[in-house]
Amino acid sequence: MSDALFRVGQRVRIADRTPPVHHRVPSYVKGRRGIVERICGMHGEPEKFIRGDGEPKQRIYRVRIPQTDLWCDYAGSEADKLEIEIFEHWLEAAE
Amino acid sequence: MSDHDHEHDHSRTFQPDHPEPTTDAARVGLALRELLIEAGHYTPDEEQVVIAAMQGASPENGAKIVARAWVDPDYKGRLLENGATAIRELGFELEPYEFTVMENTDDVHNVIVCTLCSCYPRALLGMSPAWYKSKNYRARIVREPRSVLGEFGVDLPDDVEVRVHDSTAELRYMVLPQRPAGTDDWTEEQLAALVTRDSLVGTQRQLGSGSGSELPRALRQPRGDHAHAVADRRHATALDQQVVYTCLWSYFPSLTRYCKKLYQS
Repeated sequence: MSDALFRVGQRVRIADRTPPVHHRVPSYVKGRRGIVERICGMHGEPEKFIRGDGEPKQRIYRVRIPQTDLWCDYAGSEADKLEIEIFEHWLEAAE
Repeated sequence: MSDHDHEHDHSRTFQPDHPEPTTDAARVGLALRELLIEAGHYTPDEEQVVIAAMQGASPENGAKIVARAWVDPDYKGRLLENGATAIRELGFELEPYEFTVMENTDDVHNVIVCTLCSCYPRALLGMSPAWYKSKNYRARIVREPRSVLGEFGVDLPDDVEVRVHDSTAELRYMVLPQRPAGTDDWTEEQLAALVTRDSLVGTQRQLGSGSGSELPRALRQPRGDHAHAVADRRHATALDQQVVYTCLWSYFPSLTRYCKKLYQS
């Protein structure tokens, strides 16, 4: 098992891209920043699998994003969060 | 019954009491299923075993897990640390998914959704409620969770943080609701009887005060007059496009094998 590229608490950005195949990143979080809430296990990469290119394993992270960063007119507490699972190859380090 | 000569009837439905398909998508799904069975990828009997297993699961399983966590702090610790191994101690299994339990506290309320499709720990909790799969719930709970929770009868003060968990990949979630006050001397069985399905998803917060929302307004009341309507439509349309991919995704492994076999023959 490879080492995790990102650590818990690290600030990351979710890639903003739309491959023309099945992928498990909903558009409303693409391009958004958050922090790594926890590091999960290794799982088959959906984009490769759907093309019939096997199912290479990728690490999954849970990313925590403040709701007020997702929606400019969010009605609720500034403490509210969204947490979402993102495969490693969709993440990059953010400042 | 279709005209080919099989001893079992799998012509139109996969369960005896299943309604006739009425939409194109349902017909395509059933046609694909028939092709896969005819090509020998699985048998109707194998399919029945899977369906029976799903029907055998129920929120009562989740309630047992919650009750154990309430009476045994060490177990609760293990459950929050690694849900998959902790539920195995009680004889439950959710392979190949990671099972993740989110604890409600005085300061935090958790709620679960799958915006892309309808991921749900079915093998543990049984079939998900209809509203969980509705576009209304899926699009809105990430956009305006407090408003949707209010429609379920969960009115949260501002100092309670809302955490929405979007189940997008290989994790499956359950909320660990708070133990009601005044239940200190209750048995584990009595405690389990308090736990409702909605409380395991996070659309109910207080236990022991009725059985939760019977028909959430989220289902009855399509919104149209909100300031966010346009943004929400875009959000919902984007989700729709991804749902198409997701449907293909569900069938893809079997379909690939079938196509390869056809190609080789």
